Amino acid sequence: MPAVTTTPPALSVSGLKKSYGDVVAVAGLDLEVRAGECFGLLGPNGAGKTTTIEICEGLLAPDEGTVRVLGRTWKEDGPALRARLGIQLQETQLAEKLTVEETVRLFRSFYPAGRSVNEVISLVQLDEKRGARVGTLSGGQKQRLAVACALVGDPDLLFLDEPTTGLDPQSRRQLWEIIDRFRDSGGTTVLTTHYMDEAERLCDRVSIIDHGRVIALGTPRELIASLGAGHVVEFALDGASDRVDETTFAALAGVKSARRAGGRWALQVGAAHETIPLLLDTLADHDLPLTELSTHSPTLEDVFVTLTGRSLRDDA
Amino acid sequence: MTPEPVHNARGRTDDNTSAIIQLTLTRFREFYREPEAVFWVFVFPILLAAGLGIAFRNRPAEASRIAVVSTAASSPIVDSLDKADGVVVETLDDSAAALALRTGRVAMVVAPKPDGTIDYKFDEARPESRTARLVVDRAVQRAGGRQDPVRVTETKVSERGSRYIDFVVPGLLGMNLMGSGIWGIGFAIVDARKKKLLKRLIATPMRKAEYLASFLFFRLSLLVVEVATLIGFGTLVFGVPLRGSFLQLVAICVVSSLAFGGLGLLVASRARTIEGASGLMNLVMLPMWVFSGVFFSSGNFPDATQPFIQALPLTAVNDALRANMLQGASWGGIAPEVGIIAAWLVVSFTLALRFFRWR
Repeated sequence: MPAVTTTPPALSVSGLKKSYGDVVAVAGLDLEVRAGECFGLLGPNGAGKTTTIEICEGLLAPDEGTVRVLGRTWKEDGPALRARLGIQLQETQLAEKLTVEETVRLFRSFYPAGRSVNEVISLVQLDEKRGARVGTLSGGQKQRLAVACALVGDPDLLFLDEPTTGLDPQSRRQLWEIIDRFRDSGGTTVLTTHYMDEAERLCDRVSIIDHGRVIALGTPRELIASLGAGHVVEFALDGASDRVDETTFAALAGVKSARRAGGRWALQVGAAHETIPLLLDTLADHDLPLTELSTHSPTLEDVFVTLTGRSLRDDA
Repeated sequence: MTPEPVHNARGRTDDNTSAIIQLTLTRFREFYREPEAVFWVFVFPILLAAGLGIAFRNRPAEASRIAVVSTAASSPIVDSLDKADGVVVETLDDSAAALALRTGRVAMVVAPKPDGTIDYKFDEARPESRTARLVVDRAVQRAGGRQDPVRVTETKVSERGSRYIDFVVPGLLGMNLMGSGIWGIGFAIVDARKKKLLKRLIATPMRKAEYLASFLFFRLSLLVVEVATLIGFGTLVFGVPLRGSFLQLVAICVVSSLAFGGLGLLVASRARTIEGASGLMNLVMLPMWVFSGVFFSSGNFPDATQPFIQALPLTAVNDALRANMLQGASWGGIAPEVGIIAAWLVVSFTLALRFFRWR
């Protein structure tokens, strides 16, 4: 257990299940999000992230399981709870004919207390677009506006569902800064993403979700360390991959695991500089043509691949 | 710029305004920033009224167009018809006359026979042909020497309130109230649902009733302009009378607008696509365009269908508007119609609130 804290968890979920007809979206899921942290639900498309977060937001009813948000339940305290949450949904298109300022002002009017419209517009760096119609904004600007609408009620808990999907790198960084600032001001954030770099960059803790279950939980650093690998060596064999199998490479000294995806191979190794010479020798022995070779530090992507045998970005 | 901010209990600056005002403002902004919507609501009914007013203006009785088949015996007949009032005569050969009758260019063909009799060819189903037959026969018989046994005098009347334009302006007003109620509310809601904006809104502490109420406030505000434009146009340009009490007219318009707004909410309560909602709206409105007496009296339909027609909201609205504007009806006189409209209002709202889908 973590060090003693007097603050109750911002979100606790236990035994959550939800099916749509025969399709099981969430299959018995537990979560506990501490107050003040940024918590990531990481998983491929279709893993059940959106269903989970929408149940937590009180927009969907679970088939089974309990959800407590800020120590309360939706059934007992729904309306009061709404005023303390900030929510950004994955697919919302805000009214195109309204301006940025009018949109934020409209959302502000729903909350009994909150931030000023100008303050929130500055916070998401849309000052110059204040009078612009929503329909004229870029994807990144629209997403920042959506986050502004989530922040305008001065929430204690912020839910973001795939906040940066489809955005260019600069827009993603701008959104990350906004989320950092919210966290620094003491707010709790729960976000879903299928970008491992986003989870590593933003989240204090991550739970990796696959097929509606949590398959790993921890800080990004802990999860990566659990691989026990110092580096990942990736290489490609020009059309000759069928002539060898995993065991050939797994037997090399320092290799923790060997995996093949199509023509590409990935070895998790203790130290790249020790394994690569051995790898090159082996390839030469088998007369295998090496066409690519690269190394990187292990990422959450490698954790996911190790746990599921699939890539995060594969169409799961 | 924005008013001086005040500090709320949590120490945040607060320049908040009430949700219902912001929601209603949103309705207006979405409306007037859509030029097509403004056209359909304000300009289209006026164009329609102007067009109909011109097409059906009270003209001097139109002359009957007659073709006389050219034979040896035709010229005395042509002479006598030329002298008669309200007849335009042309002489054609047999086949040209038949063609003119078939295409409706002439109302009747007069064919003198060798034996001295005259044959009238006309379609009894065409009112102008029946008129032509009477006019022609009178001219022919008088030319033959017939004397009218009874002397008559004529007094010509054209009274405001009984012309076609007087009939059609209240009908257009009713149709407009229906169209803007059902389209105006229905499309906006289905669009918001499709874009997941409804779902986003219910993720805030917004009160659902305030959201729906904003549409009604918007409709009622727009109503003032719509009614004033159409009635003002009818009165100033065509002299359509306003005989009933103004308060009663306002009351009819308000309750009608709310009832059609309720129908709009009901039609939009579940539809997820504009196409689906659009079909449903046409299904709801088409019978009323046809049966409810917008352009011609609903009394033209068979008696057996009357209970159904009288129960339609637009029939009640049109009847009440005409009773007010053209007859200056008492409050008691329009009570049954207002009762029907109010029933639609209550039923459609109740059902809409019950079935409304926010996702």
